[in-house]
Formats: sequence, structure tokens, C-alpha cells
Amino acid sequence: MTARPEAAVQGQVPTSEEPAESPSFSLGGTPGGSRRVLMKGNEAIAEAAIQAGCDAYFGYPITPQAELLEWMARRMPEEHRAFIQAESELGAINMALGAAATGARVLVSSSSPGVSLMAEAMSYMAGSEVPMVLINVMRGGPGLGSIQPSQSDYFQAVKGHGHGDYRVPVFAPSSIGEAMELVATSFEVAERYRTPVMLLADGIMGQAMEPVELRFRTPDRIEQPWALEGADGRPPRVVRSLHLVPEDLEEHNLHLQEKFRAISEREVRWAGEHLEDAELVVVAYGTAARVAHTAIARAREAGMNVGLFRPISLWPFPSALLAALAERVRGMLVVELSAGQMVEDVRLAVEGRVPVAFDGRMGGMVPSPDEVVEALRELDTTGLPAKRSRRARRRQPGPVSGPEHTHEREPLAAAESGHEALSIFGDDAWMPLWYTSPVPSRKGGKR
Amino acid sequence: MSAVAAAPRVIYRRPSVLTDVSTRYCPGCGHGIIHRLIAEVLEELGVAGRTIAVAPVGCSVFAYEYLSLDWCEAPHGRAPAVATGIRRVRPDAFVLTYQGDGDLAAIGTGEIVHAAARGELITAVFVNNGIYGMTGGQMAPTTLLGQKTTSSPAGREASLAGYPVPMTEMLAVLPGVAYAARGSIADPSAIGRTKAMIRKACQAQLGGEGFAIVEVLSNCPVGWGMTAPESIQYLKDVVVATYPLGVLADRTGSKRGSGGTPEPASPGPGGHAAAVATAKEA
Repeated sequence: MTARPEAAVQGQVPTSEEPAESPSFSLGGTPGGSRRVLMKGNEAIAEAAIQAGCDAYFGYPITPQAELLEWMARRMPEEHRAFIQAESELGAINMALGAAATGARVLVSSSSPGVSLMAEAMSYMAGSEVPMVLINVMRGGPGLGSIQPSQSDYFQAVKGHGHGDYRVPVFAPSSIGEAMELVATSFEVAERYRTPVMLLADGIMGQAMEPVELRFRTPDRIEQPWALEGADGRPPRVVRSLHLVPEDLEEHNLHLQEKFRAISEREVRWAGEHLEDAELVVVAYGTAARVAHTAIARAREAGMNVGLFRPISLWPFPSALLAALAERVRGMLVVELSAGQMVEDVRLAVEGRVPVAFDGRMGGMVPSPDEVVEALRELDTTGLPAKRSRRARRRQPGPVSGPEHTHEREPLAAAESGHEALSIFGDDAWMPLWYTSPVPSRKGGKR
Repeated sequence: MSAVAAAPRVIYRRPSVLTDVSTRYCPGCGHGIIHRLIAEVLEELGVAGRTIAVAPVGCSVFAYEYLSLDWCEAPHGRAPAVATGIRRVRPDAFVLTYQGDGDLAAIGTGEIVHAAARGELITAVFVNNGIYGMTGGQMAPTTLLGQKTTSSPAGREASLAGYPVPMTEMLAVLPGVAYAARGSIADPSAIGRTKAMIRKACQAQLGGEGFAIVEVLSNCPVGWGMTAPESIQYLKDVVVATYPLGVLADRTGSKRGSGGTPEPASPGPGGHAAAVATAKEA
């Protein structure tokens, strides 16, 4: 990964007349032609944040996210916005706390060990309801670990970083294009709910280069009647998480829980492939989903009816959708670049309706598509009890195929929207291929 | 006697910035005096309405109940980083931090040193009473040698716990520091001089000169195991010997020019507040 930003991107400073939505750097290639460009993930994410209206960025060098900091070091001053290379991750995240407490749109990025240091302030920001976006470009752990890609911070991201009863929305992109869109989404969700949001990428998302369409989105600013600006002519405002009286703190916690419930209901994001006829489903996010994408193509060539379910919001987790899916498939295989973390949430979601197998690598190793196909075969041929008689009748020995079954299945709600046909990768890599789907009501009957 | 009575003259009153409540501080504690000095200076300089203050963790964690300002709570020790973030996106604000010695000189050493090194346009009030008051009177980095605390029951011993840390002297050597001084609340004249230091430290920010800090030696009668008068006497007789009073650095007038308003570092004119306004208009 030796390419420098200058190699892919030429030209510089915007004139102030340019509209905000126009990228302020010009690109090589045909004038007026395609705005697709080869970009490194870290840099594309950084530019997407700038175009999303990021007012301030605070960071500290750490591999594999350093290019994000470097891009910001060059571009934020061009835009007359705040950039500080902090003395530590503690410094960076607390600068973010202060800037965000005034209502500014603030981004921080780091990688796993640095994110551990930021846990304290994440808890404070959740408690004092300060919106801010933190990007974790995950690397292998525990400890100093390695600088290679990993997904071993799922627990940290999803189950909580710091102390106290709180949740933070976590979005996980599978392509650089999607990451760019999710940066804008993250700012939007952060401000809508007054919460920190985490964008969970990994070393491959950060370091890989792929063609991206320069499509940017600047979320609208909303009123922030809590933001600090000086108390001139109005009662003072305090951004705080301290509530020493137990009754007060419980009430504050109930308020937070209410907010988390609202987020759980409204901000679930996921994508799927071949779910309409899938008998087996691979559940994977981020880079693991890209491996799974290739693996299921190979498995389908071999006659297995395999689909991909890709959570994009890791919290809120698309549990209800997975539960619905579990009613229609024979088994699930969770693929992660970890010892198995998200698999716990998948098992909680399906509640034993189907077997949930796991395949993962650790320490910066990435499973190959053939490894995943192998795991699928094992899932297919061993220990898959037919859960219901209808399934038992349809169960075929060996690799399951059978277009004759396809139309017997009721598609998931999202499958009807037609998005499923789109590829997440390759030519469509720029597309923000996520969509929200209302979580099926618990009371409502199954479709 | 003249038939016309002299009009009553106010010689002492509560500054408008100071709220009309009883504090939670222990009897004889110096925090109340220091709060008042800040309130008087902010009022006299006319900056209270655009002040964003940063509250620490420690006894003064409730400072926002006593000073009628916009406040941001900081995690323990992180006030200078929080203030830096505020400063950089709010060039129009007056930014003040209030920290104790456990907060600033122990857990927050990294943040204070680098905020000072960057020359952030922040005014820091550093209350040094040599002890962790809120958690029950444990030893702080500033605790004097031989001083008994609940975590140095036999008295602080250098071979075990090192020496008192002269934070403000350490910060004073940094070129980013426009003004560094140490005062005390031991008697009325010392209080008057301390107020002048705080005023100067605020003016350094207003003049865009750089980082400014005033360490205020204070007492902790409960933590020190003394009556209030004894603690004041100890402050005068003993504490000041380790922490000499006076101006430790004054680079004002030599750096970014004096007077005027600070140059907005970032974002652009109006900052994100202007962006919000634009969005509202659109």
C-alpha cells in the first residue's frame, strides 16, 4: 500500500463559490466524465467525513488508520476546520467531547488499542448525550496484537467499551463506498439521538484501494438546544453525566434506555443476497462478508442453495430479521475474523431454531472463500436436524439444491424490495447497498 | 449634619455570576473564595455570557451549581483536552478550566502539559490543596513530604512516594504558556493578589497570547485534620515554603501581540454555529 493520496487525487483547494456538496479536490481522468476514482479506504472515509460537514477531527497515529489522520491533517485546514493531532487517544477523544458539547460535528478515528483508551470518554459521552462519531479500523489483538485486519473488537464495540448501562449504534461497512455513505449516516444518527456512534471497519477496509464513486452526502443540521455556547441571555446549560442522587440517576438511565429502545426499533440496517431461495445462510459483516460473498457464489455453483445475511448495524443487531430467516432455512454459518463474537448474537437471535455454526480466523488471518465453502459443506452434511417435518421432507442428501423449492418460500420483506439483486462488490462497490427494514412486530404474525 | 443623607453605597455584593445557593463544600474550604474570585473577574471583564467552562472531577465537580455559566463536565483529568476541543470550534468563546491537584497533577498530567505546549487559548484555574478531598483525603502528587493523609498514614515519604510536584513551575518553561502564576487564599491581601493573577490569566486569553494558568494554594481543613484557622496558618507557614507564591512566567505582550480578540483558529468565520444558522435559513 504505497500509493499516496496525491497519486490518485490531483488538484487542491476549493474556491469558496463551490457548492458544499461538490468535492473540493479535482480528480484525474476525463473532465466531466466519470467521478469514479481509486481510493484507499482510510482516505475515502476521511474525505466522506469532510463532505458530510465534519467541523473538527481529533486523532492520534496508529496503524492501520494513520492515513485517515494524515488526510485530515492536509484537508481540514484547507477547509478552515479544526484538526488536532492529540497527545494520546485520551486527549483526542476528550477534545472530541468538548468540541461536540458545543454542537460541532466531530470525528475521531483510531484502531483497536487506541479505542480501548477511548472507552472512558465514550461512556461519558453516552451518559451526557454528546453526539460524535468514532471510527475503529480494527487490528488484531489482544494487547498490542498486530497491525493486520481483524474483527476481534466486536464485543468491545457492541457490548460497550466503557462502564455503565449504555449502548452505542455501531455500523459496519463492507465496501469503501458503503463506508463513505455510512460516515454520513453515522453523523445523522449521532445527532438525531444525541449519542456517540461507532463506525466499525477493519484493516482491510482502511488499507485496501478500490474504485469508489465520489458520492457524498451532507446531513442537515438540526437544532441543538442543549449545546454549549455561552449563557448570554438564557439560563446556563451543563453537559454532564453526573447525577449523584440515586433517584435522579435512575431516571436519567430510564431516559437513556428509552432512547436505546427507539434506536433499536428504527436504525436496524442489513443487506442480503440470495435469501429468497437460501437453505443455508452465511451471516457475516465487514470484510468477512466479502469473503462470504465469494464463497456463496462458489457454493451455489456447486449446487448449494446458500444466501448471505449481512448485518450493517451491529447494534442495533438485526435480531428479529434473523429470527424470521431462521424459520425458513436449515442452518446458519457465521464467518468472522475473530474467535467468534457476533456468533453469540446470532445464536441469541435465532434462539435454537436452527443450528448456528462458526468459521473464523484470528490474529490478522483472513479465511479463504474455499474455507468457508468447506464449512458450509460440513454444516450441510453433518448434524443438521430437520427442525420441522416440512423441512424433513424437503431435505435432500448431499448438497442441497432445487429450484423447485424456490417459489415455495416466502421472501423476506426486504427481498421484495428488489435490492437483493444488487451486488455489494465489484462494479457496484460504491453503492450504499444497505436499506432499512421495519423490524417485524413481535405481536404481528409471521408473514 | 446635612439634611441630605448620603446615598447608600454598595461596597460588597454577590457577583451576578455567582449563584445564590449554599455550596456543598466543607466549612472553611477555600473553593468558595476561589469561585468568587472567578465570578468577579468574569463579570468585570464582561465575558461571562460567552464563557464555556470545564468542570473537573473532585470536590469542585459541582462548580456548575455555583457559577452561572455554560459548563461541560470532563472525565477525571481531561479538562484541558475538553477545553481544547471547545476552543478550536468556538473561537468566539471564553474558555475556562477549573481543576484540583489530583485532577491536574496526577491523572491529567498528559492533558495539561500538551494543552499548555500547544499554547491553547485557555485560562486554567488550578486549585492546589495537596490532597484528594472528595474521596476522603488521600495523598496527592502535591502532598508535602511528611504530610499525613489517609493513604500516607505515616506521612509522605520520598523513598516511597516521591516528592511534591511543582506543576506550575514545570508548565512555566513551555513557550506556549503566556502566563503562569501561583497565589493563595491564606489572607485578604493574598486573595487580592490572586484575583489580579486570575484577571491577568483571563486577559492573556482575550489578547490571544497563549495558555494561562493560575495555581491557587488552598486549604482542606477536613482532609488535613485541622480546624479552619489551623489550616490557614498551615497554608501560610508550611505549604508556601514548598510552593512559593508569585508570577512564574509572563510572556504576555511578547508573542501574538496584546489586545484585540484572538484570531479564530478554526473553523472559518462563525464556525459551525454559522453553518447551523445557514441550515436553518435554507
